[in-house]
Amino acid sequence: MYTFTNKLRNFSIILMVVGFLGLVYGFITSPDTVAEAQAMVADAHHGEGHGTGHDGAATHDAHGETAHGEQHEADAAHGEDHGEDHHGEHLLHQLQNKPWAALYVAAFFFMMVALGTLAFYAINRAAQAGWSPALFRVMEGITGYLLPGALIVFVILALSGMHYNHLFIWMDPEVVAHDKLIQGKVGFLNVPGFLFRALIYIGGWTTYRYFSRKFSLAQDRANDISNHKKNFRISAGFLVFYIVTESMMSWDWVMSIDPHWFSTLFGWYVFASMFVSGITTIALITIYLKSKGYLEKVNDSHIHDLGKFMFGISIFWTYLWFSQFMLIWYSNIPEEVTYFITRIEDYNVPFFGMLVMNFIFPLLILMNSDYKRLNYFIVMAGIVILLGHYMDVFNMIMPSAVGDQWFIGVPEIGGFLFFFGLFIFVVFKEISKAPLHAAGDPLMGESERFHY
Amino acid sequence: MSSNQVIHALYDDDDTLLSAVKSIREKKHHIEEVYTPFPVHGLDKALGLADTRISIMAFIYGCIGFSVAVLMMNYIMIEDWPQNIGGKPSFSYLENMPAFVPIMFEMTVFFAAHLMVITFYLRSRLWPFKEAENPNPLTTDDKFLVEIELLDNEKELNALLKETGAIDITTIEKKSDHE
Repeated sequence: MYTFTNKLRNFSIILMVVGFLGLVYGFITSPDTVAEAQAMVADAHHGEGHGTGHDGAATHDAHGETAHGEQHEADAAHGEDHGEDHHGEHLLHQLQNKPWAALYVAAFFFMMVALGTLAFYAINRAAQAGWSPALFRVMEGITGYLLPGALIVFVILALSGMHYNHLFIWMDPEVVAHDKLIQGKVGFLNVPGFLFRALIYIGGWTTYRYFSRKFSLAQDRANDISNHKKNFRISAGFLVFYIVTESMMSWDWVMSIDPHWFSTLFGWYVFASMFVSGITTIALITIYLKSKGYLEKVNDSHIHDLGKFMFGISIFWTYLWFSQFMLIWYSNIPEEVTYFITRIEDYNVPFFGMLVMNFIFPLLILMNSDYKRLNYFIVMAGIVILLGHYMDVFNMIMPSAVGDQWFIGVPEIGGFLFFFGLFIFVVFKEISKAPLHAAGDPLMGESERFHY
Repeated sequence: MSSNQVIHALYDDDDTLLSAVKSIREKKHHIEEVYTPFPVHGLDKALGLADTRISIMAFIYGCIGFSVAVLMMNYIMIEDWPQNIGGKPSFSYLENMPAFVPIMFEMTVFFAAHLMVITFYLRSRLWPFKEAENPNPLTTDDKFLVEIELLDNEKELNALLKETGAIDITTIEKKSDHE
């Protein structure tokens, strides 16, 4: 039995408090009027507390000023006919979106980690994997975050639906009234349907999670393997449900932030991102618990297997990223390619930097079989992969939410820290609720002796 | 090699073989070769063989293939005749890189795979008209054979091999010692 140490609890609470303050600061400093927004951008120091070097902020401003003209031209298609001060209005919305987007990116990222872990868990259950039962309780602990995490995302989506922010422009009736393209999508993109679908996704995922956890715990005390069989069946069923809802979730929660753009493999792409983040988190938490002496049945072959998955799925993610990018770049159809043009022009460093973090770094670090058995290599690669996939979500959400006004400043870091703290708190609380060794699992013997 | 004599011990089970190899090595006898009909998991460890370095070679070959692809396409598409083909930007390699990635990838895999296989053939001396070196045809079907160097210790070795469960022990005079 793992006990949630006070040290870790306090650490997570500090993270939450610091992150919360960062978010509050972000909301307080976001402008209320067009004049305020213009003053903020005109001010070379941005006036919104970029904690880091002012040099960086200044160059960013200069860049923002020059690029904004073209960016605005491109956005003219959005048909936001807000009156005479078109430019100022647009800027105001971008700046007002900043703390919301920071909140949403972090909330979505950590929810995605839990959901990716749940998918990995279900695959191991359905595939009757012999190596992983020693890690089931760790995975169940991580998926404990799914319900709170997904509900927070749902609340943010509901608040967007109630017009507290401009994250999803199709939710703005004024925008839709002037936009033929969005009008054509109203059958799918409407707030009641959107929230209803979200509830179905969250309901389905957490129901599976609830029963799977229940059967898993019941199996520990059982004399037969009926619980294991039930778990096998619901896992197989869940995977069918999951792949449909995950794909739809990615259209709803991520792609609809750019309602003029669509991509067919987007669902897979988001899936690969969440899958590799989930596996990486399993590896990191396993190594942490093992270092504290809680997982005596886990050996370096388990870590090696997780390392292989991190390596393989990182490359799978890159494959999908490149397939999406290259097809659009190659054909260069204007209505599709704006998606990447805004990213390459305004988000050059995060856009290509994430490729280094999510592909080149894991490729070179995790290729060697011996390195995958070394905890510090897995931890190092894992941290880079997780930050890389945070940047991935950042790159998916930010360009349409805040445009060239992005910065990784107080609200963004605050959002990340808040959800990081919440994640640690919920996950380790959940891990402490059940024995870490799933003693009754029929495949446990194989997993204990697992050796590669 | 001081002696041309070797002893051939035949086994009919891979578990027996593994434990036999361990006890033969414990007694400090030199095992020349082991012939098996299929890969026996853990045999290389029991024999104390050094790890293969073929994956390192594959990595190097992959790097070579990657370089060949880059240099080739940079020369052809960018330096030699930078035509405008369908509006693709052939001003620099980087600008047109996404179009080259499929070839870069395939060339990396092609070089890594083929050169690694050829390396394997060369290192394990395999080619189409090679004369088979099999001392006993049974080892291609269901028997395992351990070949041990003999240095005037035939009796002792015979006793040890019997103990380890060998079903047949023969002393062989090697005609010509390869290498």
